[in-house]
Amino acid sequence: MSAVMPMENHYADSFASIRGNLPGAGLPWLDDLRAAAMDRYATIGLPTTRQEEWKYTNVRAIAKHAFQPSPVSCTGLMEDDLGDALMEDLQAHRFTFLNGRYSPQLSRPGKLPKGAGVYSMSAALAEMPEALESLLARQADYRANGFASLNLAFFTDGAFIRLDEGVRLERPIQLVFLTTAHGETLSHNLRNLVAAGIGSRATIIEHYLSIGDPVYLNNAVTEAVLSANAGIEHYKLQQESTKGFHVATLQAHQERDSELTSHSVSLGANLARHDINSVLDAEGAECSLNGLYITGGRQHVDYHTRVDHKKPEGVSKEYYKGVLSGKSRAVFNGKVHVHQDAQKTDAEQSNRNLLLSRDAEVDTKPELEIYADDVKCSHGATIGQLDENSVFYLRSRGIPQHIARGMLTYGFAHDVVERMGLEPVRRLIEGILVSKLPHVEASGIE
Amino acid sequence: MAPDKFGDDPEMLTIKDLRVNVEGKEILKGLDLEVNAGEVHAIMGPNGSGKSTLAHVVAGRPGYEVVGGDVTLDGKELLDKEPEKRACDGVFLAFQYPVEVPGVNNTYFLKTALNAIRKSRGEDELDAMDFMQLARDKAKLVNMDAGLLKRSVNEGFSGGEKKRNEIFQMAVLEPRLAILDETDSGLDIDALRIVSEGVNALRREDRAIIVVTHYQRLLDYIVPDFVHVLSDGRIVKSGGRGLALELEEQGYGWIDEAANA
Repeated sequence: MSAVMPMENHYADSFASIRGNLPGAGLPWLDDLRAAAMDRYATIGLPTTRQEEWKYTNVRAIAKHAFQPSPVSCTGLMEDDLGDALMEDLQAHRFTFLNGRYSPQLSRPGKLPKGAGVYSMSAALAEMPEALESLLARQADYRANGFASLNLAFFTDGAFIRLDEGVRLERPIQLVFLTTAHGETLSHNLRNLVAAGIGSRATIIEHYLSIGDPVYLNNAVTEAVLSANAGIEHYKLQQESTKGFHVATLQAHQERDSELTSHSVSLGANLARHDINSVLDAEGAECSLNGLYITGGRQHVDYHTRVDHKKPEGVSKEYYKGVLSGKSRAVFNGKVHVHQDAQKTDAEQSNRNLLLSRDAEVDTKPELEIYADDVKCSHGATIGQLDENSVFYLRSRGIPQHIARGMLTYGFAHDVVERMGLEPVRRLIEGILVSKLPHVEASGIE
Repeated sequence: MAPDKFGDDPEMLTIKDLRVNVEGKEILKGLDLEVNAGEVHAIMGPNGSGKSTLAHVVAGRPGYEVVGGDVTLDGKELLDKEPEKRACDGVFLAFQYPVEVPGVNNTYFLKTALNAIRKSRGEDELDAMDFMQLARDKAKLVNMDAGLLKRSVNEGFSGGEKKRNEIFQMAVLEPRLAILDETDSGLDIDALRIVSEGVNALRREDRAIIVVTHYQRLLDYIVPDFVHVLSDGRIVKSGGRGLALELEEQGYGWIDEAANA
């Protein structure tokens, strides 16, 4: 604990000086929440490896920085600077947040159908606070850890997505979080909220990108409430600077027969921590959580998932794969909690890891707690290397060894990509796979 | 491949006194074999005699320790070459257990292989269109469903489809020397016939084929010019096709007795 203590004062001082200027300042309910979150942070600080949830992820590298809050505005960028976010044929309603603040210049909201609204969180707090009061910070627990506390205390912006009953979006909503180098080392606290009405459907992409190689912390929390029969397909594409830090939570709450699909791809960042949690709080709710992480160098990635089956006949399917090279390290911890009422639960979990170097390391842990007696739960975790028999098979056909290894690695990762419904995203990730695995060309593999 | 490139001497594969260890145990104990272009040789022998070891050592599989002897293909030393280089020189091994490669499309896999081989010979690489045309023609030649071209390599293929895919790859890669390792294992009689027809369609004056098998059944379909019996790491008897039939009737026991006599 001692290593992180000094930063408490830093954030407390910082909070005291900017709290009056944060979005929604003056709303008593929000002021109270932010103050409570700051108090909580003062008590717990950043997590340490002595806490079970952070056992394999040491955040000392984050703790040693005195991050400054997001600046009020940043300009000077053009649409072309959005890089990979400009996926061909995506045709998304695009909302861009530059260094923690909504950037109208870099956004292309397009025309949303009646009954659908996407707002910057800061604008929504100014213009429709009553719509947020009963929703914001109700799902994700700001007491869970120091990052969650800091996020609620300091958040500057994010997206508020509201879908009325029966609204179905044809085009995806793309939230681009772009970070650039800045004079100071910044921490961007981003807060998104999705409120999906009964029977509504949408595809939402959270896309994290940076320009150059800045050092920063993106600390994001996304809350999603899926009403009965709602369907949300959520993509999270993390392509941060390899010097950046990325800590994010997706916290979903699912009503009867709702469906959540999450695709999470983690490629960048020095350290990335993803918490993906869903509470299946009514009968027949389903969630599919898919993930792919590819790390190299000294990167560290940590996926923590938690599915709470609270009511009968819920379904959860988890499918995570990792490819590690260099001295990189990955953590997967999949918790499935089947509550006493949740009979006929069907829960499946799989985590498979491919180690391409001797110095890479994976800690994978399924955690099943089952309190109902009529359930189907399975889990499997593997850590392995490329199958030498397969390498020989390809080489015996004339394929050089490095290409053979690249093809097999691509093949290993590819079935996670295949699960994605959005073709432009699939193409982007395939392209990245190819560029990360030299000498494999994408066109023919598909 | 221009026939005159190899001159008048038809001797293609020469194996002299080959000695191979696997995990410290001697498996091949001084094996000699000569195979000429245009010939089909069958290598028969009981389990554990070293048949598959021979096939894999020629193809260059890692894990085999060559402790003596040499192997030349068209007069060039083979054993110090990487497996991909051997493939470029014209060696092809049809696997007993073809490997499933999930996520890698069959067409892409084979196009990469063919272009690597073409490149090594100084030939132009084929583009996607030309390759597809070639692949369809060859699939027809070996009676393979063209739908399998679009699937991941061998993934979910039946035993017969996998073996047919091996022969299809052979048809596309046009090897100088093809070694079929227990191609008949796990095949029913219909699949065996189809696979054999594919192999027969690929018999050529400038190509040699080595059929490694435990049973003579396969040789009813792929009729060999020569039959060799491998026992305890050596070829102990060679002959014409009739030798296979003798083995069928009498088993391998008499060979061992004759060898030890």
